[in-house]
Amino acid sequence: MRTRKRQRFLLVSLSLLLLGGATALILTALEENIAFFAGPAELVNGQVEPGKRLRLGGLVVDGSVLHGANGEVRFHLTDELADIEVRYVGILPDLFREGQGIVAIGMLSPEGRFDASEVLAKHDEGYMPPEVAEALERANHLMRLQEAGS
Amino acid sequence: MIPELAHLALVIAFGVALVQSTLPLAGAARNDAGLIGLASSAAWAQFVLLTFSFGALVHLYMVSDFSILNVYQNSHDSKPMLYKITGTWGNHEGSLLLWVWVLTLFGAALAAFGKSMPATFKARVLAVQGMVTVAFIAFTLFTSNPFERLDPAPLEGTGLNPLLQDPGLAFHPPMLYIGYVGFSITFAFAVAALIEGRVDPSWARWIRPWVLIAWSSLTLGIALGSYWAYYELGWGGWWFWDPVENASFLPWLAGTALLHSIIVVEKRDSLKSWTILLAIFTFGFSLLGTFLVRSGVLTSVHAFAVDPDRGMFILLILAVALVGPLLLFAWRAPQMRASGAFQPISREGALIMNNLLLAAATGVVLLGTLYPLFLELVTGEKISVGPPFFNATFIPLMVPLLLILPIGTLLAWKRGDLRRSLRLMSLAAVAAIALALVAAFTDPRSTIVTALGFALAGWLFGGAVMDLLQRAGIGRSSWARLPARLVSLPGSAYAAAVAHTGVAVTVIGITASSAWQTEVITSMGYGDSQRVAGYNVTLAHVGPVQGPNWIANEGTFEVERDGRHIATLTSDRRHYPVEGTSTTEVGITSNLWRDVYVVIGEQTGDGLYVVRLYHNPLVVWIWLGTLLMAVAAVVSMADRRFRVGAPEPKRAKAAAAPAAPAPQAGS
Repeated sequence: MRTRKRQRFLLVSLSLLLLGGATALILTALEENIAFFAGPAELVNGQVEPGKRLRLGGLVVDGSVLHGANGEVRFHLTDELADIEVRYVGILPDLFREGQGIVAIGMLSPEGRFDASEVLAKHDEGYMPPEVAEALERANHLMRLQEAGS
Repeated sequence: MIPELAHLALVIAFGVALVQSTLPLAGAARNDAGLIGLASSAAWAQFVLLTFSFGALVHLYMVSDFSILNVYQNSHDSKPMLYKITGTWGNHEGSLLLWVWVLTLFGAALAAFGKSMPATFKARVLAVQGMVTVAFIAFTLFTSNPFERLDPAPLEGTGLNPLLQDPGLAFHPPMLYIGYVGFSITFAFAVAALIEGRVDPSWARWIRPWVLIAWSSLTLGIALGSYWAYYELGWGGWWFWDPVENASFLPWLAGTALLHSIIVVEKRDSLKSWTILLAIFTFGFSLLGTFLVRSGVLTSVHAFAVDPDRGMFILLILAVALVGPLLLFAWRAPQMRASGAFQPISREGALIMNNLLLAAATGVVLLGTLYPLFLELVTGEKISVGPPFFNATFIPLMVPLLLILPIGTLLAWKRGDLRRSLRLMSLAAVAAIALALVAAFTDPRSTIVTALGFALAGWLFGGAVMDLLQRAGIGRSSWARLPARLVSLPGSAYAAAVAHTGVAVTVIGITASSAWQTEVITSMGYGDSQRVAGYNVTLAHVGPVQGPNWIANEGTFEVERDGRHIATLTSDRRHYPVEGTSTTEVGITSNLWRDVYVVIGEQTGDGLYVVRLYHNPLVVWIWLGTLLMAVAAVVSMADRRFRVGAPEPKRAKAAAAPAAPAPQAGS
């Protein structure tokens, strides 16, 4: 009997310790490693601090794509309210096109440019990434607010 | 006519499943041999009906019958035959029918092979399996009928997503489904045991082969998916902690815990409630994975057509599959008493640690996967939880697990001698240090983490060897007899050693390929060369290529090392006119030590091509390790003890246990 109780006590305390450890791990990791979503307008308006990991959604501005040396690409993303320059080094996804909705993952540089480490486009031409739809919607909402205010 | 017959077969199978899920239960309760026998016949009948139904759908795809909506939406006449066939399960409806077919396959297999079980128990397992089948056939019939007609029939289909037009589609989903669905059988075993109120070592012996099949298939399915992502997506990586990858990883983690806790039930008649819970939750995670993929709540490469009704239906199945058995569990748990007491330092203790750590890892992955969904639901804020989160939480839980693993295998049941185990492990420690030194001196980019990863692998491999030697009686009998004793060890002993070696191999692959990967992004014209990790890659030629249903711009690369020609690689940017989309095909040359990986990108204004090059050292080891694990499970299944009639359960011993022992540890 005694050993069973002791055993259960050990097991329960071990489980609690592990639970606590896992929770601590999760909390610290969540704090540092979540990417919030933002649209171009929010970046341009200075609502986001530089150096924070973000997912930026928007439409690629027609005629804005510039290829530099060694896979460097610059283009502008818009939510039809504001637009922001994005810099990316790498191979663009197959369905990256001007006028298409894409999602860029990266951070705002101190100069106000968005440095992307990843660019995502859906593999389906009829598809709008939900984040892009959201960005356009938010910008729409802002525009209406501004119109109402002025 | 064929589609109508196939649809009818599905409807009849639904009726048969309803019978299978009810009458045998009554039969088992009243010990009515007729009703009990019905279970096996019903399982066979369903298998035949579903084979016809699924075979008919494959046929409709092969002949490109576009009067069927599903075929019209997912196929095209110009597609190569292989992709016409595999395209059957490259969409929601077809893959669901495959899922149901695998369900009935397992039902029939149980009817055929479950001879060592008492007839009443077998009938109950089949009845529970029948309930799962009822739910999934209803799901197919009411929300996702693959045989829906289209009138008038179009002349041509709309094609299949080009990413899926790959041999990977032939193997990855079926393997994965055998894994997912295989855990429905273990779920059925758990629920049937709850209905009978009896969990004992013979129960563990009956369920174990099924856990092994499911686990081994899921392991292979995940590994195939990971390899597919590696060569098809062209990102140079092999695991992205994508929500859908996580969805398949959750049942794997829980299933791995189950695989180990069942050993304790079998050998020591202990840890019963916990094992039952694991069996229920492992299948729960399989269903959760299905829900995540098919409900459209996630966006990923795997997302099927979005339909909220389908999501709700699976959520309903998931709720019933968890709540019902858990209520049953609450009622029965007090009866499941352990007969074997044990010290914390023992094989049981180590396996409990294994289970706790795996459960914690499952929790962490679950939380990271679902947190964005919850946050969006509650606050409307969109976030994403990416690889950094999982690396920061999952790896710290895996390290202690792998550290304890080999020590645990050397501990005796009931009361282990930690000092003796550690003494045996000192040889493994030498292997660990040796590998860490190798890692440190092979590549200047090695960090402490790299050395630790290699050390861990050496520790695991050394432990696996010591485990075999100890079982062969090293130090207890003469050295001369050691080889003979090694040969006569049971298959399951080798299975454990091989599986744990597989873990070591995978750990090396993960460590080396992430620490020593070289990535170069550059612009190249004809004749330009680029060095990547000692290899010289030259763009020889770019030109148009015509495939069966695509046109491509193909780049040809010559790979050399120290002037010696290694390989000629091609990488395409393919355009599929029917689907109106493009894909990139990667060029890879692989050997045991490294992959050289080439991706051609778009042509820029100056006429140069963007090219991405990778050197991935030891990356193949990741999949070799998983292959070892899957093979080990098959070896374990072939162990004699599971084939011949199982020994009598230790009921007498259970009855002799103290009158009021504490409920099972771990429950």
